[in-house]
Amino acid sequence: MDKNIKIDVHYITRVEGHGNIKVSATDGKIQEISWIVPEAPRFFEAMVRGHSYEDIQTIVSRICGICSISHSFTAIKAVENALNIEVSKQTDMLRQLLHYSEQFQSHTLHIGYLAAPDFFGAPSVVPLVPKATDAVKTIIRAHRVANEWSDLLGGRTTHPITIIPGGFTTIPTEKQLRTLQDTIRNTQKDINTIAEVVLSVAKNIPNFERDTEYVSIKQTNPPEYTFYHGDIASTDDGKLVPVKNWHKVTNEYVVDQSTAKWTKWHRDSFMVGALARFNNNYDLLTDNAKKTAQQFGLKKGCCNPYMNTIAQVVECVHICEAAIGLIDKILTKGLVSEKVKVKVRSGKGAGVTEAPRGMLIHEYEFDKNGKCLAADMCIPTNCNHANIQKDMEKLVPEIIGEGQDAVRQKLEMLVRAYDPCISCSTHLLNVEFVR
Amino acid sequence: MSNKPRVAVFDFACCEGCQLQIVNLEEEILDLIGAVDVVEWREAMSEQSSNYDVAIIEGSITRPEDEERLWLIRSRAKVLIALGACATIGGINKLKNNFDLRDVKKWVYGKDAEKPHLNTELTRSVAQVVKVDYLIHGCPIDRKEFTYIMRCILTGKKPEIPEWPVCVECKLKDNRCLWETGQTCLGPIIRAGCGARCPSSGFRCFGCRGYVNNPNINAAKDVIERYGLDVEVLKRKMNLFGSGNTQVTANG
Ligand code: SF4
Ligand code: SF4
Ligand code: SF4
Repeated sequence: MDKNIKIDVHYITRVEGHGNIKVSATDGKIQEISWIVPEAPRFFEAMVRGHSYEDIQTIVSRICGICSISHSFTAIKAVENALNIEVSKQTDMLRQLLHYSEQFQSHTLHIGYLAAPDFFGAPSVVPLVPKATDAVKTIIRAHRVANEWSDLLGGRTTHPITIIPGGFTTIPTEKQLRTLQDTIRNTQKDINTIAEVVLSVAKNIPNFERDTEYVSIKQTNPPEYTFYHGDIASTDDGKLVPVKNWHKVTNEYVVDQSTAKWTKWHRDSFMVGALARFNNNYDLLTDNAKKTAQQFGLKKGCCNPYMNTIAQVVECVHICEAAIGLIDKILTKGLVSEKVKVKVRSGKGAGVTEAPRGMLIHEYEFDKNGKCLAADMCIPTNCNHANIQKDMEKLVPEIIGEGQDAVRQKLEMLVRAYDPCISCSTHLLNVEFVR
Repeated sequence: MSNKPRVAVFDFACCEGCQLQIVNLEEEILDLIGAVDVVEWREAMSEQSSNYDVAIIEGSITRPEDEERLWLIRSRAKVLIALGACATIGGINKLKNNFDLRDVKKWVYGKDAEKPHLNTELTRSVAQVVKVDYLIHGCPIDRKEFTYIMRCILTGKKPEIPEWPVCVECKLKDNRCLWETGQTCLGPIIRAGCGARCPSSGFRCFGCRGYVNNPNINAAKDVIERYGLDVEVLKRKMNLFGSGNTQVTANG
């Protein structure tokens, strides 16, 4: 086997945004392993300054098309925290229902279109269409349901227009929610089919482990497998950190190889995303979701980053069940039309949610007219960059004997397993408030 | 070799939400894939190509290396399509142009701001850099409009894009005007074609489809006077998606 390796993947494909992988080795001795993020920076933190609290979510939603709902919600939560705005129980439930739709959309997209081709050894989903027509159609169907679900509550699939600080501009009817519930019920079958298909190729998931710190939010009161409410938790210790202290968790720093900033907490790096949520909140998954995890041999404490995609499959099972239950709750209470009232004041506030690819934090400061003075954000993929690099440093020596192509393939798969949203992560990389 | 047109999708600085709308065509995308040969689409596939007829470009141009790449694509493509507000009018990325760029970088990167890989220039739309054959408006684009324009291109027809303001579509829907509830809606000066999507959901139009050609500034002025609006507030809203796009000033 050739012991000389030169890998230079310029712009890895089938991920959101641009990232490069560089590895070089001579006679089996490794000279360089790097994960490089050269995405054009977009400077959202600076761009929101001077704009009204009402326009913040419209601007920052454009950080990422795939996570636009999470960005909007995180911004709105931060604005509400800063301006001391309370929302009704109804708003809270409808928001969570909308937020589920984005997790579901993003996960099916990643599992079906971005990651699955790796499992099947195909360059994209396109050649899979004639080979596995039914499987592809099932994915498309599930993805469409997710989008209709976002559409109904958010006003459209991407960059929602109904959610504002204090509530909604418009809400669905009870009848529409009932129809949505039926649609989600029918989709559960499709998710099981997708899980079976992935299971049939799961043997192609690389067997790689690296002891890792996992960070996500955790909801204790009442305990729930959360995407929307909660404090910051780590698998390294049981303490919960409220979002206002988020800088203590992320400790961001700039590195030369990347326009995106890196983060570290208890160790050199940590991971966020589905696997992190799974490891922190496993006990709160529905029984069916736990069963799905079992089928794949995915257990709490798993530290194989490639299993992130499987954790997404598990979450899809959970989300459908949780959403059906939530719609029941909303309908039992009955929908009322609510007026949004906001009293503008000055203040600073932070918000955190789980975006599909992990913990997402926004923080804003406003003057007495509600004009934005400062913004600061921490994006899930940023949190993962350092961890991807550390994974690569452990992985490459383990597989270097497999030759150039296999090494390249496994590295690309690794990056894709993190489901990185590189475009997001470079848009917002605040080190400090410079005044 | 098939005779189908070879299509490539490229992205620059953007949120990739417009590409996502292509994926969101769901079942319909299978028809589209049947009618063309997709030869490059980094977000969806691993294949790459330098031989294509139609280039679909998403995103804004913010760096010298982006500009070079765009010129190269233009020289290879027979037809070039600007996809979404980032590409057609610069979109949200243009907000950056309202600040001193050194200041923007310092704000985001602190003391590391002068590192070369953080280089950035004024944001420009694709249409400000190269000749664009078709504009697909919106942030994000409308899926139906996308298929309509693609069909037109494939059959050699000229697509009809509305040249009237969002208000026209909004009135047709019998919506209550949001100005009456105190919202600053840009409907009077923004190009229709979205079915007045935002006002129909109770949210002001923030101008993602760009100004209509020759926007009726007098209409805007009327509205300002009628509702006693603060011109500065209106300007900020108008800057959201089109700053630097047209010399539209509301005062005077
Ligand atoms: S136009 Fe809007 S949706 Fe499209 S890429 Fe740009 S920011 Fe995203
Ligand atoms: S709500 Fe907006 S788009 Fe509708 S009529 Fe009023 S100004 Fe025009
Ligand atoms: S109403 Fe305005 S902001 Fe909304 S989609 Fe249409 S043009 Fe864009």
